[in-house]
Amino acid sequence: MKTWTALGVCLLGLVATGAQAQTIYPLTRAEILAGSKFDFKVEFPGAPAQGAVKITINGQDPASVLGQSAKFVEKEDGGDHSAYWIRGAQIAKPGAYTVEASLGDKKATVQWEVFGTPERKAKNVVLFIGDGLSVAHRTAARMLSKGITEGRYNGELAMDDMPHMALVSTSGTDAIVTDSANAMSAYTTGHKSCVNALGVYCAKNKSTLDHPKVETIGELAKRRNGGMAVGVVTNSEIEDATPAGMVAHTRRRADYNDIVKMFHDVKPDVIMGGGSPNFLAKSTPGSKRTDDEDYIKKFEADGYKFVSTKQEMQAAAQAGSSKVLGLFNTSNIDGALDLKILKKGTVSKFPDQPDLVEQTKVALDVLSKNQNGFVLMVESARIDKYSHSLDSERAIYDTIMLDNAIKVAKDFAAKKEDTLIIVVGDHAHGVSIVGTYDDETPGNQLRDKLGIYADSKFPNYPAPNAEGYPEKVDVSRRLAMLFTAYPDYCETGRPYMNGENVPTVKAADGKTYVANEEYCKEPLAARRTGNLPLESNSGVHTADDLVLTAMGPGSEQFKARMENTRVFRVMATALGLGAGQ
Amino acid sequence: MLTRRRFSIGAVLALLSRPAKAAEWIAFDTLYKSFGVRGFEFSDRIVALKGQEVTLTGYMAPPLRAESTFFVLTREPLAICPFCQSDADWPVDIVVIHLKAETPLVSAGAKIAVSGRLEVGSSTDPDSGFVSQIRIVDASYRRV
Repeated sequence: MKTWTALGVCLLGLVATGAQAQTIYPLTRAEILAGSKFDFKVEFPGAPAQGAVKITINGQDPASVLGQSAKFVEKEDGGDHSAYWIRGAQIAKPGAYTVEASLGDKKATVQWEVFGTPERKAKNVVLFIGDGLSVAHRTAARMLSKGITEGRYNGELAMDDMPHMALVSTSGTDAIVTDSANAMSAYTTGHKSCVNALGVYCAKNKSTLDHPKVETIGELAKRRNGGMAVGVVTNSEIEDATPAGMVAHTRRRADYNDIVKMFHDVKPDVIMGGGSPNFLAKSTPGSKRTDDEDYIKKFEADGYKFVSTKQEMQAAAQAGSSKVLGLFNTSNIDGALDLKILKKGTVSKFPDQPDLVEQTKVALDVLSKNQNGFVLMVESARIDKYSHSLDSERAIYDTIMLDNAIKVAKDFAAKKEDTLIIVVGDHAHGVSIVGTYDDETPGNQLRDKLGIYADSKFPNYPAPNAEGYPEKVDVSRRLAMLFTAYPDYCETGRPYMNGENVPTVKAADGKTYVANEEYCKEPLAARRTGNLPLESNSGVHTADDLVLTAMGPGSEQFKARMENTRVFRVMATALGLGAGQ
Repeated sequence: MLTRRRFSIGAVLALLSRPAKAAEWIAFDTLYKSFGVRGFEFSDRIVALKGQEVTLTGYMAPPLRAESTFFVLTREPLAICPFCQSDADWPVDIVVIHLKAETPLVSAGAKIAVSGRLEVGSSTDPDSGFVSQIRIVDASYRRV
C-alpha cells in the first residue's frame, strides 16, 4: 500500500504540471493476472509522430515484455492524439512493472502488479450476483422469508449463513457511482473501468468495440485448467450488462447484437436468460437484429440444445445435454412476485418460464459433467430493476428467489466441498427499512400510517410458503422499505398488485420526467417532489459499499474492505488461473 | 411499397370517401397472434389490413431527433430504462411511424392516436438503419 501512496503523490505532481499527459492503459495500480490477455495502449495528446515518443516497461521495449508486436497509429480515428498499441499482450512473470511513456519533456508513469496464483484450491466457482443487492434487501428478504419474533429472526438466509464476509467498494475509474456493466467487469476481469463499459478500458476510440480489452473470467476458464465449463444464468435479458460481463468487450453495454456474437465466440456451456429478439435474424418478426444472422441456429449447429420453457430446460438436463442455450422470454424473465403469486407481468404470454432456482439446478447438473470444473455466474437481475422502479416488494421477492438459488448451490457444494461460492451485489441502491406502514393507524395521510421506532410494529405477512415467499403481499401492516433518491412521483405506500411500478412518465419537453398521475389518484397517495435531476426517470445506484459473503475453498481471502476488482483475484487464485501451471 | 401513382389515387379516394369510410382501428394487443421466443406471428387481421388506412393508439417514444418525420409508437409509456439511449432497450412490439410532413415531436410520453397506411413485414430504414416489422406511413397523429 505504501508504494501506491508514493506513486499517487508522484502522479498528482505530473497532472499538476502537464496540461494533458499521455494516458497509459491499463491504468496505474492495475492488478493483472499472470498470463491473462490484455490490450496495452498509450494515447499521446497532440498527435505526435512515432519518432517523438518513447515507451518502456521496466526499462525494456514493450514488445519484448508483452510478447506481441506494437503498432503506432498517428491521429487515431482522425483525432488529436496518436496511439501506441500492443493488442493481445501477456505477462507470464509475476512482479511489479513500471511503464513509462515520454513525449518530449512530458513523461507519464504507471505501475502494474502482475500476480501469479498458487496451487489450485477450488474445482468450481459459483458467483451469485444480486443486481443492486443492498443491505436493506437482505434484511427485508430475511424478515419476509424467515420471520422475526421478539427481535430475533426465526431462521437464516442461505446467503447469510456463510463463514466469510467483506465490504466491497464499487466506484469506477470515472465516477464514484457506477453501473452494472462496469461493476460486473471489475468482477470478471479484475480491472476497474467506467460506466457502460464491459471488458475494456475507456480510451478515446470512436468505435465502441475498439477500446483496450482485458480478458474475462469466462474466456480464461475456457482456455485454462484443460478447459473448464462456463455457465451464465440470469433472469434479465442475457445481453444485459451483468451476464454480458462474463464474455463481452465493448465500451457500450447497449451493443446487444455484438454481445450475442461475443457469447457465440466464447461459447459458455450454459447460457440462460431472456432477450431472444437479438438472437433472431432481422427478417423474423420480433427480431431486434440488424443483420440476417440466426444465432439460435448457430448455437444449435455448435451442439447446443436450445430450450425456451422450463419443461424443455429440465428435459435437456435429464437427456444429458452438455451445452444448453435457454431463452425463456423476449424481454426479462418475470420476477418471483409475478411468476409465483400475482401472475402479472408477461406470465400469460410466457406461462412456463423457469425461476432462477430451477435454472441454477439445471446449470449445476450440466456444468458438473466437465471433469475440469466450472465457473458459473448466477444473477438475480430484477432486484436492481425493481429498485429503479421504486417497487420494494418485487425487489424483496427477487432477493428471496436469489437466496433459494444459493441454497441449491450450497447443497451441491456440500457433497464435495470443492466449490467456492460467492454472494454479492454489483452496486448499491439507496434503500432503507424505515419502519412499517399500518392501515389500522388513524389518519388521512400516508405519513400518518408510517410507524417508526416503537411504532414500527412487526409486519403481519403470512408465514412463508415452502419456497420462502409469503403468499399475500398486500397485508395491513407491511414493510416500509423506502428509497433515498427519486424523481417526482406519487408514493402509495402499498405493493403494486397490477404490475411493476412505473413511477414517472416523460414530460412534454421530451427530456424531463414527471410523476405518473395514475398512482396519484390512489387513496392516501403522497406526491413526492423528487430530489434527483429532472432528467431522472427512476431511482438510482449509490456508491455505498456492499456486503459480500462467501464459503468454500479460497473464501477465507474475503475480509475487511476490498475493491470490487479483488473478487476476480480471489476467484482466479482459488482456481489457479494464473500462468506457470 | 405502393407506387407514387397508386398512392395518389389512394389519397384521392381516401379524401373522397372520408366521411363514409373511416380508418380501421387496430390495437397493440392484436398486432401479433403469438409472441414466441423464436419470433412473432402477425395476427390475421393485421395481415389482411396491409396497405389500408388504420388508426392505432399508443405512446410516442422519446424521438431520435426533435424535428422528424419518424418516431416509434409503444404500447406503454417508455419510462423505466435508466440507460435508454438505444433501440436495444425498446420493447419488441413497437410500431414505427412515418409522418406525412416533418413535425416537431412534442408529444413524447403522451397518449396519441396515429392514422395512416399500414405496412407489415421486416424493413430497414435506409437513413437510420432502424429495423421494424410494422409501420404506419403517410401518417398524422393527434393527442387523445
